Amino acid sequence: MEDILSISQELSRGLFVTVSILIASSLLAYFMGFISGLLRLSKYTLVRKLTGFYIEVFRGTSLIVQLFWLYYAIPMLFGIPLGSNWIIGVIAIGLNYGAYLSEVVRGSVEAVDNGQTEAAIALNMSSYQKMRYIILPQAIRMMLPEFGNYTIQMLKGTALVSLISLNDILYYGNILRSSNLSQAPLIYLVILIFYFVLALPLIFLTRKAEDISKKGVAN
Amino acid sequence: MSYWSFERFFEAWPYILKGLHITVGVTISAFLFALVFGLVWTFLRRIPERHINWIVTWVMEFIRSTPPLVQLFFIYYAWPEIPVVGVTLSPFVSAVVGFGIHFSTYIGEIYRSGIESVENGQWEASTALNFSLLDKWRLIILPQAFPPTIPMLGNYFIIMFKEVPIASTIGLTGILHMANSFGSEHFNLIEALTIVGIIFLVLSYPSARLIKKLEVKLNTRFDKNQVIDPIE
Repeated sequence: MEDILSISQELSRGLFVTVSILIASSLLAYFMGFISGLLRLSKYTLVRKLTGFYIEVFRGTSLIVQLFWLYYAIPMLFGIPLGSNWIIGVIAIGLNYGAYLSEVVRGSVEAVDNGQTEAAIALNMSSYQKMRYIILPQAIRMMLPEFGNYTIQMLKGTALVSLISLNDILYYGNILRSSNLSQAPLIYLVILIFYFVLALPLIFLTRKAEDISKKGVAN
Repeated sequence: MSYWSFERFFEAWPYILKGLHITVGVTISAFLFALVFGLVWTFLRRIPERHINWIVTWVMEFIRSTPPLVQLFFIYYAWPEIPVVGVTLSPFVSAVVGFGIHFSTYIGEIYRSGIESVENGQWEASTALNFSLLDKWRLIILPQAFPPTIPMLGNYFIIMFKEVPIASTIGLTGILHMANSFGSEHFNLIEALTIVGIIFLVLSYPSARLIKKLEVKLNTRFDKNQVIDPIE
């Protein structure tokens, strides 16, 4: 019991990095998801193709490869070391899951009944008004459960930032393990519980989102 | 400061490709493991006892919502230290078991959705026709439950393929590991990592398109069936 307490105390030093990366990267991912999801529906072929390229590249390769790639490429591209690994972690996770979320956004917008679009056109709404007042309010409800699921995926993804030497929960756990090998089972179990406790609110929010998305939808 | 070199880029290809069969091998083995282990979850979830159901649901939720990287570390570093059952596992076996268990929770849910998609009338009909338990599953339920799950299973195969490079952290000599060792020998990782990205893209993008096509094909087949159905 005392061991668990001392391990938890050590691990909680990494809590801030894990949570801050999760929050920042999920905000970036939601933003990218909406922008690229809507651009994917643009009437301009070039815009659609370019967004498609971003989406397929980030969905087609692994997060860990993207993380390492950006870790080496960003300093190279800008000619200077960007300094903060924290930003690189956020960019990698945000862009990766942004690509996945864009498909969710696109799918939900396309799933809104065609009659709604026709009605908006019949009421002489501009295409902005149509999106803002008719399509999105209905589409966003459909997106909520998937956004919740992907946020849980992002939490799992943040564990990778320990590999680019960020001091997150797993980083402190690995240090503990290297100094005390026989305690490894307990250490990793406590790490898993840490991540699970962080995921719990997201799991409940996702379930709530599922209820919301089902409510009042004619089938 | 590092810079891009095409010479190194072409030199790295054969070196990195040497790890491809390991990456693909782990993916296939872990997928098979998950296919079998997923059945276990499906059976456990079907036990009609509230408390067992609750426990199984949360164990699955626990495995699913914690990072596979930590689970790999647990299996590779912590498992040998556990008294009595602990044995040292090779990186290959650790990766297969780790990813296999992690993704079995998803696969189990896919099986469940497939079984639940079979209409109530089919279950009732097979009972009414006095089918044995085995025949009911073999002849009525599974032939209808399985085909719709194929595209979903295919998607998870691709997802697993993209997760496998994580196992380079426990020393699995797949393509990412080869890229890292090539990069550290030549003091520059950017070309090697780009190659790994290209390999993943080239393998996963066409497979994803193929599965999409399969999905459309299966959907139309099932829709047609519904249209011809005389009772409708």
